[in-house]
Amino acid sequence: MSILIDKDTTFIIQGITGREAVNLTRECLDYGSKIVGGVTPGRKGREVHGVPVFDTIAQLVEHNGGVVPDGSVVTVPPAGTKDAVFEALYAGIKTIVIVTERIPRRDVAAMVELADRSGARIIGPNCLGLIVPGVAKMGGIGGPAKNAAVAYQPGSVGVMSRSGGMTTEISSTLTAAGLGVSTAVSIGGDAIIGSTYAELMPYFEADEQTQAIVIYTEPGGRMEAQLSAWVKENNSRLPIIAFMAGKFMDDDEMQGMSFGHAGTIVEGKEDSATEKIARLEEAGIPVVQRIDEIPDLVKAKIAERSAA
Amino acid sequence: MRFFEYEAREIVKRAGIPVTDYGFTTDAAEAKTIAARIGGPTVIKSQVLTGGRMKAGGVKFADTPEEAEAHAADILELEINGHEPRGVLVDPKADVKQEYYMGVVWDGAAKRPLMLFSDMGGIDIEQVAEEHPDHVGRGHFSTLDPFSDFMAKQVIADAGVTGKALQRCTPILARLAQLFLDNDMLLAEINPIAELHDGTFVALDAHMEMENEGMGRQKALIKALGIGAEEGTRETYVPSAFEEAVSAVDAADHRGVIQGKDNGFDGTIGLIIGAGGGSLTLTDAVRQQGGKPANYSEIGGNPSVAKACGLAKAVLAKDGVEKIAVMMSIVSNTRVDIVARGVIKACLELGKDPAETIAIFRIPGAWEEEGFKILDKYGIEYCDRSVSLWEAAGRAVAKIQGEAA
Repeated sequence: MSILIDKDTTFIIQGITGREAVNLTRECLDYGSKIVGGVTPGRKGREVHGVPVFDTIAQLVEHNGGVVPDGSVVTVPPAGTKDAVFEALYAGIKTIVIVTERIPRRDVAAMVELADRSGARIIGPNCLGLIVPGVAKMGGIGGPAKNAAVAYQPGSVGVMSRSGGMTTEISSTLTAAGLGVSTAVSIGGDAIIGSTYAELMPYFEADEQTQAIVIYTEPGGRMEAQLSAWVKENNSRLPIIAFMAGKFMDDDEMQGMSFGHAGTIVEGKEDSATEKIARLEEAGIPVVQRIDEIPDLVKAKIAERSAA
Repeated sequence: MRFFEYEAREIVKRAGIPVTDYGFTTDAAEAKTIAARIGGPTVIKSQVLTGGRMKAGGVKFADTPEEAEAHAADILELEINGHEPRGVLVDPKADVKQEYYMGVVWDGAAKRPLMLFSDMGGIDIEQVAEEHPDHVGRGHFSTLDPFSDFMAKQVIADAGVTGKALQRCTPILARLAQLFLDNDMLLAEINPIAELHDGTFVALDAHMEMENEGMGRQKALIKALGIGAEEGTRETYVPSAFEEAVSAVDAADHRGVIQGKDNGFDGTIGLIIGAGGGSLTLTDAVRQQGGKPANYSEIGGNPSVAKACGLAKAVLAKDGVEKIAVMMSIVSNTRVDIVARGVIKACLELGKDPAETIAIFRIPGAWEEEGFKILDKYGIEYCDRSVSLWEAAGRAVAKIQGEAA
C-alpha cells in the first residue's frame, strides 16, 4: 500500500502551461500517474502532453462527467497561489501539492486553515510532492521517470523531508541498500507547511507496507518537538531515524544569517540544530551524522521491533 | 525587512493606534526645534536596526531644547553594534503610570498568528513568559475569518488585566493584530504600550518586521514610509564582495538559482554545492571532517552554463582558494552536464587546468551520463551516487587541505 495516493489517484495540474509544469506533467505521466486535466486561465482548449487544459476547475470537472479529481499539483506564481488553492478546495479536491515557493506566510496560513475546514490535506508549499515507488508520483519528486526509477524502488521505509533534493538522496541510499521506499514525501522547507512530520505519522502508521520512518530535518521551526511529542503520546509501531543538516549554523559566527530554506532562519536557541537533536533523542529518535549510516540503523531497528 | 522605530511608529499610527507627538530628524539643530515644539522634557532615541540601544548610550533624557540638541549631536555620532544611526527620534517624556506589552507573531506549529499581551511591559517578553507565565496572555486568530475585538479582549483578560486597562487596550491590540495581517508582518510589537497618569494609552516604542515575500504587495506602504528600492530587504549584515558578485551573476540570468555566502567562512575549500538541503548537509560534512570551507553556496532549479560558470569564477576569485569541490545531492531538475560544463568553463577562462582545480565532482542524477563524459574528457575526478555525500566531502577535504598542509 502507500499513503495519500495510490495507483487509482486522479489529479490535475494548476498552472499546467508553465515551463516547469509542462516538464512535471511529462514526468508524472511517464511514471504512470493519472492526470485528468490542467488549468491555466485563458488557455482553454489547449493540450499539454495530451492532457486537456481548462480555464477553470469547474470546466474541468464538467468535462470529467462531474467527477471531482482526487488531487491537484499547484505550480502557479506566488501571487496567485492562494486563489488557485482556494479554487481547488472549493471544488472539493482533497490532496493538494503546492510546488510554488516564496508565497507570503499570510497566504499559506489561509490556505492551510481552509484545507483543515474542508477536510483536505496540503503538502508543501515549496516542495517536490510525493512518490509511491513503482506506482505513481505527484509532483517533480525524483525527476524524469527513468531517474525516479533508479532512486526509488518499492520497499518498507517511509521518508519525510524538508528538502526535496534530500528526499531523493535518502531514498536512493535506502534503495541501494535493498530496503526501498513505501512512500516518500517532500514536505517543504517553509516556516508554515500544510503537513508536518507528526501530521503524516498516522498515515504511515496505518500503512502496512511501512516498517520504519526516516526524516530529514534542518534548524528552524518546532516541527521536531511536535514529532517528539507525538511519538511519546502514541505508542507507534514504527521506528524513526532522523538526519539533521545545518549543524554549522549553531556556530557563533553564523548567528543572524539565513541558509537554505525560509524556515532555517534560527531566531532562538529552541530551534537550533543542537536543541532539536537533543529533543529527538529524548523521544527515542536517533539522529545520525551521515546519510550512509541510515540503512544499517533502519535494518537494526526493524529487527529490534520484530523481535520484541 | 526590518523597520526603524520611527517607521514602526508611523505604521502603528496609520493603523489608528495612539502614539506620542514625536519627531524624527537626522540633524541636531532640528532636534532642538522639535524639542521646543514639544515643550517639556524629551527623550532622544538613536534610530538603529539593532538592540541594546539603552545600554550603549543611544537613549538620553533632556530637560531643555538645548540639552536635546546636545544629546542628539552625541547620539548621531554614536555607532551601536557596528550600526550607524539613521537619525534620532525626539519623543515627549511620557508621564507613565504603568507599562504593558503587546505583540503579534506567527506560530509555525499552530500555523496561525498569535497575539501576546502582558501587564509587565518594557522588558523582554521571553523573560516575562519564563519568569511570570501568569502575566502573559496568548491567543491565536484566524487568517480567514474577520477579526473581532473580543479575541483581543480574551488575550488581555488572560494576562490578569481588567478594568479600564482592559477596555482601553482591547481596540489597540485588535488594531495591531489587523495591521500584522494587512501588512504581511512577521513581527508587530508595541513595547511598551503605556498607561499615562491621565488614563490614556500610548505606544512608546514599536518594533515591526515585514516578510520579504510580502514586500511585493506592500509597495504602497514602503513608498509612503520613504523607503527606497536601494535599501532592499535590509539584511542584518553587509554583503561581502563575493556575495555581491554571486548575486549579480544570479540576477543576470533567470534560469535556475545560485546563491553564495562567505560571511563567517575563512577557509580555502571552495564549495560549489547544492541544492538547499544538500548544501547544508555538505557544509556540515566538510566541517565535521576537519575541512574549512571558503564559502557556502546553493545551486538549484537547473541553472544555465553561464550561471554555474559565474559562481565557480566568484569562488575561485576568493583569496586563498585554489581548488573547488563541486558536489550536490542527487539532482532531478538541475542537469549534471550543464553544471559540469559551467565549472569547466570557469577554470578554462581563468587559465586553470580543470583537472587540477576541480578536486572532486559529485553530482549524480539527471543527465549524468552526458556530464560524466565531459568530466572524463578533462580528466576530472568524479563520482556517482555510490559515493555518499560524506565520502565526497571527505575526499575534497583531503585533496584540498591535505595538500595545503
